[in-house]
Amino acid sequence: MNIASFAPLAVVLPILGAALTFLLIRYPRAQRAVSIALLTLTLLLECSLLASVWEGGTVAVNIGGWMPPWGIVLVVDQFSSLMLVVSSAVSLAVLIYATGQGMADGDRDAPVSIFHPTYLILVAGVSNAFLSGDLFNLYVGFEILLTASYVLITLGGTGPRIRAGVTYVVVSVVSSVLFLIAIAMIYGATGTINMADLAIKLGDLDQGTRTLLHVMLLVAFGIKAAVFPLSFWLPDSYPTAPAPVTAVFAGLLTKVGVYAMVRTETLLFPGDALNAPLMVAALLTMVVGILGALAQSDIKRLLSFTLVSHIGYMVFGLAMSTVAGLGAAVFYVAHHITIQTSLFLVTGLIERRGGSSSMDRVAGLAKLSPVLGVLFFIPAMNLAGIPPFSGFLGKLGLLQAGVELGTPLAYALVIGGVLTSLLTLLAIARVWNRAFWRKPEDAEHPDPVLLAAPEDSATGDRAGRTNVTLLPRTMVGSTLGLVVFGVALTVFAGPLFKVADQSAQEMLDRSSYIQAVLGEDAPVPPVPQAARPDQQQGGGK
Amino acid sequence: MSVNLTLLTVMGALYACGIYLILERSLTRVLLGLMLLANATNLLILTTGGYAGLAPIFDKDIPAGDYNDPLPQALILTSIVISFAVTAFMLGIIYRTWVLARQDEIQDDAEDRRVAETPSFDAEDDSVIPVETSEFPLAMIGSDGARVADTDTAIGAGSSTGSSTAAVMSGDRPVRADQAASEEQPGSLNVDPSPEGGGK
Repeated sequence: MNIASFAPLAVVLPILGAALTFLLIRYPRAQRAVSIALLTLTLLLECSLLASVWEGGTVAVNIGGWMPPWGIVLVVDQFSSLMLVVSSAVSLAVLIYATGQGMADGDRDAPVSIFHPTYLILVAGVSNAFLSGDLFNLYVGFEILLTASYVLITLGGTGPRIRAGVTYVVVSVVSSVLFLIAIAMIYGATGTINMADLAIKLGDLDQGTRTLLHVMLLVAFGIKAAVFPLSFWLPDSYPTAPAPVTAVFAGLLTKVGVYAMVRTETLLFPGDALNAPLMVAALLTMVVGILGALAQSDIKRLLSFTLVSHIGYMVFGLAMSTVAGLGAAVFYVAHHITIQTSLFLVTGLIERRGGSSSMDRVAGLAKLSPVLGVLFFIPAMNLAGIPPFSGFLGKLGLLQAGVELGTPLAYALVIGGVLTSLLTLLAIARVWNRAFWRKPEDAEHPDPVLLAAPEDSATGDRAGRTNVTLLPRTMVGSTLGLVVFGVALTVFAGPLFKVADQSAQEMLDRSSYIQAVLGEDAPVPPVPQAARPDQQQGGGK
Repeated sequence: MSVNLTLLTVMGALYACGIYLILERSLTRVLLGLMLLANATNLLILTTGGYAGLAPIFDKDIPAGDYNDPLPQALILTSIVISFAVTAFMLGIIYRTWVLARQDEIQDDAEDRRVAETPSFDAEDDSVIPVETSEFPLAMIGSDGARVADTDTAIGAGSSTGSSTAAVMSGDRPVRADQAASEEQPGSLNVDPSPEGGGK
């Protein structure tokens, strides 16, 4: 009995937690304890999954005893288990942050008790999407997480949130419909929706049909991942949600889209002709996204634009379809989930301490709260790719892979990547200069909270009390934990890169995935000819 | 694989109407559009099963080709349930929009409009600062502050009110800093940033 056969628990435990917290809706304290305990348990399980897959290779679990091409399969390989661990760690940190915020705001009077069940359902959906071995189950995973996210993004039902929620819901539903159409067409063309089975059968289709199916899937996932021409919904809808919700959305939801794109590209349509368009999309995502970020004056919106921009790096690594490129992309996904989430959490703290997240209204935070300065500075430098942080290592890996590939388009992307990195630094430096370094009086419309603070600190005991309510220890602590986790990614970048490279190799090879699902004697189709010149070029130089 | 032409035509009509409707600005129409799209997709899945055959209950005497394909129907069932949930949620949102704003239309993003209307001007970098900003202004101009007052009037920011008056450019007109604060205050739209508590 392999530990990996307990993989379904990664989905079942959060759903169980959702049911329990729903029952405990009148007992906020018990609700918190249950959800944190179950999420911790899930995280531990997923860590052991990663360890067991690292030792013993890919494992497929047949649900309900139906054999693979017909029944539902959950597949644990290195990439999916790595994603599971990172996503659960991040969601645990965000959950603790959210409980801290709820307790500080005195939610005993007016608890939004639906938060915990919904949040756990979201985690279950994310895990299901990562583990799923067939396309329809992937669709169901997406729908679980999206429906939970609809509730979370409109939490409280204030005017701006409803407005942002409408955009988000409509765009998500349209992308889901596109995904479902793609599934129907794939089923019509091949008669199967099991991904391992599809990897074999899609190769027999003629090129035109293959390209059509490929484009359908990429567009559907592109909307979810916010790749450039399909990214405009994101900065519009994310910033209005509560800080922890925005943080978990920014960290996880777009990455699930990226994960689905990686699976499509490597498992279903390897070596297809769409690498060049993907590279162009990656370039435009990076550059247009970061130019949008420079125009913003609200920190949350600015971070949303950097989120879009950095999706471009992952798509770049994916589009190269070499081991080096894909490995760097996997590393970058893990890094970016952590960093982007911690930045949004810090912005939530900025909003509490400074009264607003608009750079016109907040200033002088470095003096008011040095802790906040440190918490913002580390992930910010990490995002901009300043050595020695993991952002730098990930970008370096991508750029090296790009240079190794050596095509003119790859060089264009390398230049675009460096430019985007510099512009990210500029955007982040603007936040730092305006929100942290200048005096509160210099702000265009200083927030009353800021101006009140110095007087408070003059009278010693009042300052102490203000600080406690403004920056609760649980919130600062969980943010600190996530920032430390981000730094740990830098410290352990060596082993992590090893996991990333190995999972990239596994994905490009495809044989371990297909054989784990369909049995040892399943035929593994060779990678189509179109991919060969690229790969040889990549390996040769 | 042969395809049922009637189903195909109906599906095409549903897609066309659905796409037309989600491009409308009224939320109820958008919702109707989404429902049509979901149903059109269900029909598409149904057609991938081919012509209707026998109920898929196994019998030794019937050749495999005569059965209906049960999988598309299972998929449709799931997708109907999902679109039901989404429809219910959308109805809730539409009702909430009606309660809040008394209208059934998609609202503009205020912050987006504000950013779009911002001129290519950064108050931090580009504003005219008539006041002497060096660390020792009084040492250089003496104790009366006359030069400071002169530059102050030069930009037309009102009568000389001493060296403390800074000017902020708002759009393309100069506004005194102490008045600028009382102008429209853009900023966070969040009335309530808490996920758990403090909801109304």
